[in-house]
Amino acid sequence: MKLLVAIYVAIVSLVLFDVGLIQADTHTPAEPDSVKIFPPKITALKDTPNDAGTSIDILWELSPSESLFPGAIIEYQIFRASSPESTFERVGAVPAGVSKFSDGGTEPGKPYWYKVVAVGDSQQAASEIAGPGKSVMQWFDRRRKGVLVFVILICTLIAVFIEVAKAKKGKMFLRHLPVFDAIDEAIGRATEMGKKVLYIMGQSDVDDPQTVASMSILARVAEKTAAYGTKLDVPCVWPMAMSMARETVKESFLRAGKPDAYKEDDIYYLTSDQFGYVAGVDGVMMRDRPAANFYLGAFYAESLIFAETGYTTGAIQIAGTAMVDQLPFFVVACDYTLIGEELYAAGASLSGDPIQIGSIRGQDIAKAIFFFYIIAGVVLKLAGINWLETLLRLD
Amino acid sequence: MRLQIPLAIILVMGIFTLVTAFIPAKPIADVNQLLRNWYIGIITFFIFLGTFNLARVNINKIKRRRRDWGYSFILLGCLALMLFLGFYKGRASTEEGQPFMYLYFNVQFPLGATMYSLLAFFVTSASFRAFRARNKEALCLLLAAVIIMLGRVPVGTAIWKGFPSVTEWIMNYPNAAAKRGISLGIDLGLISMALRMILGIERSYMQ
Repeated sequence: MKLLVAIYVAIVSLVLFDVGLIQADTHTPAEPDSVKIFPPKITALKDTPNDAGTSIDILWELSPSESLFPGAIIEYQIFRASSPESTFERVGAVPAGVSKFSDGGTEPGKPYWYKVVAVGDSQQAASEIAGPGKSVMQWFDRRRKGVLVFVILICTLIAVFIEVAKAKKGKMFLRHLPVFDAIDEAIGRATEMGKKVLYIMGQSDVDDPQTVASMSILARVAEKTAAYGTKLDVPCVWPMAMSMARETVKESFLRAGKPDAYKEDDIYYLTSDQFGYVAGVDGVMMRDRPAANFYLGAFYAESLIFAETGYTTGAIQIAGTAMVDQLPFFVVACDYTLIGEELYAAGASLSGDPIQIGSIRGQDIAKAIFFFYIIAGVVLKLAGINWLETLLRLD
Repeated sequence: MRLQIPLAIILVMGIFTLVTAFIPAKPIADVNQLLRNWYIGIITFFIFLGTFNLARVNINKIKRRRRDWGYSFILLGCLALMLFLGFYKGRASTEEGQPFMYLYFNVQFPLGATMYSLLAFFVTSASFRAFRARNKEALCLLLAAVIIMLGRVPVGTAIWKGFPSVTEWIMNYPNAAAKRGISLGIDLGLISMALRMILGIERSYMQ
């Protein structure tokens, strides 16, 4: 019986301990009298490199107490003043063991004085005042010089190939993607079935290049639907994208010679709430059963919900996104998928404009250069040379 | 002029944005921040446009008694209710416990979570189709998927202790290599697209 009571008490105590009603004494015992906190020593005040001149790096030697009395120091507090005589204000703190702090609240060119205080449980010790330290405004981020070289190289290549394409008057070869034929096929099927075409531009607003790329494909899709007399339905997540889509579709209808067929209300705002939008679009799919669904733009978790709902309605589905994590979902559930860069290239390719095609050729050459860059980087790395590896590193 | 002025604005703003990536100096950063603030202001204005459009489309639907017009009625009712609850106490309307927040946390939030939870079922149905071993490539995909699934659950380790390390290898090498290849292409496509826009070559939205 006693044993049972003891077990019962032990279990109850454990449960109470677990829910926090009984708390273990986790308070660190006060420092013994023998513990003494020695001050740290500021070794340097440096301008933080590659910034707008709004930060100073403070470096110090750790307090000797860290090694003499392990655990005695809790943190280092950093104080700043605009003159050695004025009041010092606390600008931040770092845990024990850290000997660097970046004060990001400075003005370029203005002198500042600093002191670092080692804080223990009941004692603290301040370093000597150091200064003046000044932050300096930088006009070029040196970490990015390699990136700048590559950006200039890529832009030059694209510009050169645009000129080459102009000279060749559009006779430049470009790989033909099956999805381009599928777009016509899907719209044709919708026309034969007397059903509408649904076009989704993704979750992003017009500040995302994927939305702009989607807009240029929408222009071609709208032109075809106008020519075939098929209804086009474009529910939008963002009002600004809606306005842009309206302009795009209107122009396409004009190009197709059917300006009267354009209906502004076919391009409409639904909601900016992610899953509210999903519910709305799924509702359109289930009620109206569009014959062709286009998902082109930036997609997140909703990609598979759209694609699987569309699959159950039996629609031809064409997708494209540069969101790498969503690509597998589209590949599985859709009939055709534009993978990554193909989304950006599709609009240009569909337009047939030699200048745009030239830009894609320039991009392909840049890709080939990167391919050889990676191979050269691997070979040099194996030979113990790290120069190529560090060229494009930002940190 | 109708075309030239917007194209000139795009050219100047595009080059300026590119420059801000390489110049950290405060005057440039300040102008960049100002432009970002303008963008936020414009977006806010467009929210009104969106709400107006939503109301207009659904009022027309009710007026003309189009199919499923009843849903439009419910939508407009909910829109009006949320607008009223959001505005009638000013900023205090969005404090915890207010009717607006109560409806947000107890109606809109669970509805969104319900839609999100559908993913579990869709992942299952999509996986079932994707993992059918119809050819050699599909068989490779199936094997990789089975190994990764077993490597991520305790029962996999119980069957064979090597599953987690094989899983890590698949994720860190073949999978990461493929993802980085796609990402590299995407970034180059992005630069090309941005250049087309800055130079006014890509302008399907304002012809």
